Amino acid sequence: MAAGVAAWLPFARAAAIGWMPVANCPMPIAPRDHRKRHDELIILNVSGRRFQTWRTTLDRYPDTLLGSSEKQFFYDEETKEYFFDRDPDSFRSILNFYRTGKLHYPRYECISAYDEELTFFGIIPEIIGDCCYEEYKDRKRENAERLQDDQDDNKDCKLPNMTYRETMWRAFENPHTSTMALVFYYVTGFFIAISVLTNVIETVPCGATPSQKDMPCGERYTIAFFCMDTACVLIFTVEYLMRLFAAPSRYQFMRSVMSIIDVVAIFPYYIGLVMTDNEDVSGAFVTLRVFRVFRIFKFSRHSQGLRILGYTLKSCASELGFLLFSLTMAIIIFATVMFYAEKGSSSTKFTSIPASFWYTIVTMTTLGYGDMVPKTIAGKIFGSICSLSGVLVIALPVPVIVSNFSRIYHQNQRADKRRAQKVQKARLARIRIAQTGSSCTGFLQSKRNDLLNELLELTGSEEEEQQLNKGMSLLESQHHHLLHCLEKTTAHEFVDEQLYEQNCLETTIQSYTSRSPSFSSQDGPIGTCCTRRGKMNSPLPNSSLPLQPSHQQGSLQELSALHIQCGDKLPHTTSRSSLNMKTDDVGLINCKGSHITTAIISIPTAPSDTTDGGAPSINTTASSNVIKVSAL
Amino acid sequence: MSHCRKRCKRQLTKVFRFFYRFLTGTLEKDSVEDDFELSTVCHRPEGLDKLQEQTKFTKKELQVLYRGFKNECPSGVVNEETFKTIYSKFFPQGDSGAYAHFLFEAFDTNKNGSVSFEDFVIGLSIILRGTINDRLNWAFNLYDLNKDGCITKEEMMDIMKSIYDMMGKYTYPCMQDEAPREHVESFFQKMDRNNDGVVTIDEFIESCQKDENIMQSMQLFDNVI
Repeated sequence: MAAGVAAWLPFARAAAIGWMPVANCPMPIAPRDHRKRHDELIILNVSGRRFQTWRTTLDRYPDTLLGSSEKQFFYDEETKEYFFDRDPDSFRSILNFYRTGKLHYPRYECISAYDEELTFFGIIPEIIGDCCYEEYKDRKRENAERLQDDQDDNKDCKLPNMTYRETMWRAFENPHTSTMALVFYYVTGFFIAISVLTNVIETVPCGATPSQKDMPCGERYTIAFFCMDTACVLIFTVEYLMRLFAAPSRYQFMRSVMSIIDVVAIFPYYIGLVMTDNEDVSGAFVTLRVFRVFRIFKFSRHSQGLRILGYTLKSCASELGFLLFSLTMAIIIFATVMFYAEKGSSSTKFTSIPASFWYTIVTMTTLGYGDMVPKTIAGKIFGSICSLSGVLVIALPVPVIVSNFSRIYHQNQRADKRRAQKVQKARLARIRIAQTGSSCTGFLQSKRNDLLNELLELTGSEEEEQQLNKGMSLLESQHHHLLHCLEKTTAHEFVDEQLYEQNCLETTIQSYTSRSPSFSSQDGPIGTCCTRRGKMNSPLPNSSLPLQPSHQQGSLQELSALHIQCGDKLPHTTSRSSLNMKTDDVGLINCKGSHITTAIISIPTAPSDTTDGGAPSINTTASSNVIKVSAL
Repeated sequence: MSHCRKRCKRQLTKVFRFFYRFLTGTLEKDSVEDDFELSTVCHRPEGLDKLQEQTKFTKKELQVLYRGFKNECPSGVVNEETFKTIYSKFFPQGDSGAYAHFLFEAFDTNKNGSVSFEDFVIGLSIILRGTINDRLNWAFNLYDLNKDGCITKEEMMDIMKSIYDMMGKYTYPCMQDEAPREHVESFFQKMDRNNDGVVTIDEFIESCQKDENIMQSMQLFDNVI
């Protein structure tokens, strides 16, 4: 129950006066408060600081330490107070939770200390109010990450019994694991550098010989460069093949970005080997050499920063896309304007709109090469507007990209944020379940428990009223009584969702055929509730279910009827002693005494009744000696 | 013609003002004035002694009631929204808004849209500490929505629907749409003696006094507090 409004329960019960005159059945008896305690102050001594509050304040949340009988363990007889050896500062917020119904997280408090306090006092952190929940979650996540980082450092111990392949893969991914891996790492890095360097130097003009003009070194020392290239490619190929072999999932590895870069880096060489002789495609072959520059990207395996940069660009794809789009729009607009502005002047460079694109781009990015300049006045005006707007358009998305980079550089939170969102949804679902569940499923649960209690009573034991209220606080029992009254008024019962759906299915299937003639012939003060009870029980004659009151998810029959196999004697005793049925009282619900929630109804298969004269209420089927007990 | 000119002038001034603001960068005025009217009205109840005279509660009971009341409504008055929220917490499965509205109307005796502690405690005193006749009177007052001294079928239908709404969807047996109507019919059959289609206060009290169940249920309220 919403314990925060526990103080209003008397009002809610008083408001039930509106149901009484319209109800056709009598109401169940209210739970009485035997221990008629007047509200008293209790003293909570937390490490010397005394807090005082009303007892009923603490009783609002009976499933916490302070609200339940668990606090008796901390009671000190001599000083007549409850002593807790805990932090008094944190206790403030916990006590405020009882008072106001909202749990707040104080900012100065350490997150793990606070968590410990909450666990000690039996309060779940999910009910922290929305005002403080974000802060709490953030702090908790930070703390978890810090602990995680500490753990990760201690994690690189070698697992025993790794296969050779797994060792290799670990060596490739994490070079610091062994010296061999480190050597391999540095060697490959060295060769990448060499390869890139040779690519660059190949094109440098290498000093003129008297015979020929200046030519690049690559053409002069062809053999040497070719040998270098071969060596590098050999190393790269070997490395790629080794990685491919060691990868736990080869398909996955082949699809990864790094492996594609590797392939692209070494392919041109092989293609070049294959088709050196053919003159036609050698032009294409030369173009392929451009791909050798991709070898530089292999450095990203060696550099964390490079990887982060790549990751940032990927994550800022939307901002980059926006930047590109807005630039394109602006370029087209200004190019058109400049073209038409400069159309009039003679010998202008602005020959077409696409030709003006170059001018616009150079101007908007504030490069200003000066190879194309406007000559007319209109052109100059629009040219200046163009350069001013270029600054704006470029400057706007850039800080976003920068902040993204710094954010990703310091912590990787993509995965965390997604996890946090899932947790948020789960948290809300949990709270909803706890709130509705505790009220309604608590109520439904108590109904089943009552059934069980009644059955136990039937088998001979004297019933005690405490049994009914066992484990339930007074507030809860009063709330349940209120819901009972509503059920009686409307002649419907609360059920939970599953049973409701089952029931809907059943009502479409079943037809109430076997109704006793005696039921239908009765009139008088039967309310609709009573005949409905009759209807409810008629389709159930042949199902004999075992006694399973704790079976939560049974069929509908289990909720409403439990069978007891009993001997011949029992019907008589039940019909007379414990029920006190009046013959003309066809109210099958017994409201006397404490049997407030059950009735004994059995299906009158035989029209004649042996035990009670006029009332067809009790009958036993001769065949199975089954008595059905149904609730309400 | 002059009408046209006036409109043109107005548009022109608007455009001009817009450009002026655009060029000089003046900020827009806040179009919505924050009205800082004090929405919370503070209300203090009369003294404890006075309330004790007016109601049949003891001092301690009044203290407990007031503490609970003030906890939920620190401003000292309950408006209808709060009332509905509080009441709905007790009936999570159904929709108790309509019934809470009728209750609010019944508690708000001076019809000023809010229930003060006095109204609250006076109403409670009648229900919990009054005689059976007082309680029946109060219930009649609750049912009589337009306070004209008789309950019509429509009023009863509204009340019945609101009670059935509180049950929610998941009930056994499945809630039929005619259930409230049938219930209203049986109620009128029982209560309406002279079959004139309305139930007056006398008919109501008379019929209730004859009904065992109702008398018994009325005694439930004796030990709520």
